[in-house]
Amino acid sequence: MGFKSYCFKKSLWVFHFGGASCNNCDIEILDCLTPRYDLERFGILLVGSIRHADVLLVNGSINRKDKDRLLELYQQAPKPILVVAIGACGCTGGIFAEGNTFAGPVDKIIPVDAYIPGCPPKPEAIIAGIVKLVKSLP
Amino acid sequence: MAVYLFYFLVFPGLIFAAVTGAFLSWFDRKITARVQFRKGPPLLQPFYDFFKLLLVKETILPKQGSPFIFLAAPVFALFGATMSAVFILLPLFNIKSGFSGDLLVIFYLLTIPSFSYVAGSLASGNPLASVGGSREMKLIISYEMTFLLVIAGVIMKSSQNFDLYSVISAQQVSSPFIGSISGVLLFIVAVFCIQAKLGLVPFDMAEAETEINSGAFIEYSGVPYALIKLTKYIMFLALPAFLTGLLLNGFNLHGINILWAVLKLTGVVLLLTLIRNTNPRLKIKQAVSFFMIWMNLIAVIAIVLAYFGY
Repeated sequence: MGFKSYCFKKSLWVFHFGGASCNNCDIEILDCLTPRYDLERFGILLVGSIRHADVLLVNGSINRKDKDRLLELYQQAPKPILVVAIGACGCTGGIFAEGNTFAGPVDKIIPVDAYIPGCPPKPEAIIAGIVKLVKSLP
Repeated sequence: MAVYLFYFLVFPGLIFAAVTGAFLSWFDRKITARVQFRKGPPLLQPFYDFFKLLLVKETILPKQGSPFIFLAAPVFALFGATMSAVFILLPLFNIKSGFSGDLLVIFYLLTIPSFSYVAGSLASGNPLASVGGSREMKLIISYEMTFLLVIAGVIMKSSQNFDLYSVISAQQVSSPFIGSISGVLLFIVAVFCIQAKLGLVPFDMAEAETEINSGAFIEYSGVPYALIKLTKYIMFLALPAFLTGLLLNGFNLHGINILWAVLKLTGVVLLLTLIRNTNPRLKIKQAVSFFMIWMNLIAVIAIVLAYFGY
């Protein structure tokens, strides 16, 4: 394990992209940053600009309008960037999968590194997913 | 020549100031976390952040805008911060060099990082960055006058000495300037000026993260952003150390007094952090009137009191 990847793992800055979400996953993601779960003790910070991000969290079903924006955000992000799909809608499409405006789950649009299913996933599940993602890094 | 390079690059300069400032910024984050009943980041977190940005992340240049100024601004900011840290810390550690510790030189060097942020944000061609840049500019206009008045008050109290060596030795001979009414008033004003210079919360409208997505720095990524982080760490040491030298009789590096010097520095940082955690962000208009009217008024009162010897 090199010095570079060690620093990268210890300081993951998160950018949150909410698609056409029902807002439950957004609330659970924010729960992870609140005092009870406190992701900052692992060096995880929520940043406001995609240029500072190391992890792109995507939740909610991606409809046709969101698709272009998600693609643009992914292209604007400085590499290496990890993509995490959160919730049933982000992973598979959930109940919107057959919908008219649905434009495919996240992994049809951009490469996804980790899936965290659940409707919504608990904060513990999100933290477990992030830990598994960090452990799978070289 | 070599000794000046050593001053600039190693001991009071780049490496020392960056490492100490990084620990101070960890202290700030940890205290913030404890205030919010969180656990907070590990001790080496600022170093992880810096090296991740420096070594791992890709640097993206904006398509519109001027890439040269965009990339030169963080370098200038780092230079200004390091220069001011050297010139503040040399008198504090009582190292005699060719520089006599002129307060006005330190004052102008301390403005270089803020102006570089403005130049870099306006060169990035991002609308949110230009909003952040214009706010930073208004903030500079409002607090610089006040900061100069604080320095003028200190000069008045140290019987018209313009250099930091004499200011510190005048305090060490008699008593610290904060032990008088005018000293307390100057300390209050200086703390708010430092808060604005560091861009901490009541005055963080230039990089308001939730409002304009870290504003002035929105387009920075990779190496330039690492340099900006390094500048912020150095300023986190330089400004509280400057305040310690101006009003809290500087450092005395003999035996147990080293502990006292560290306590003074961390005490000032603790005060800044607590102000940051108990206040909401002001609008730029409120910040301008706060400095232009109230803080200037208090500083002028302090100068008048100092003139009459209180």
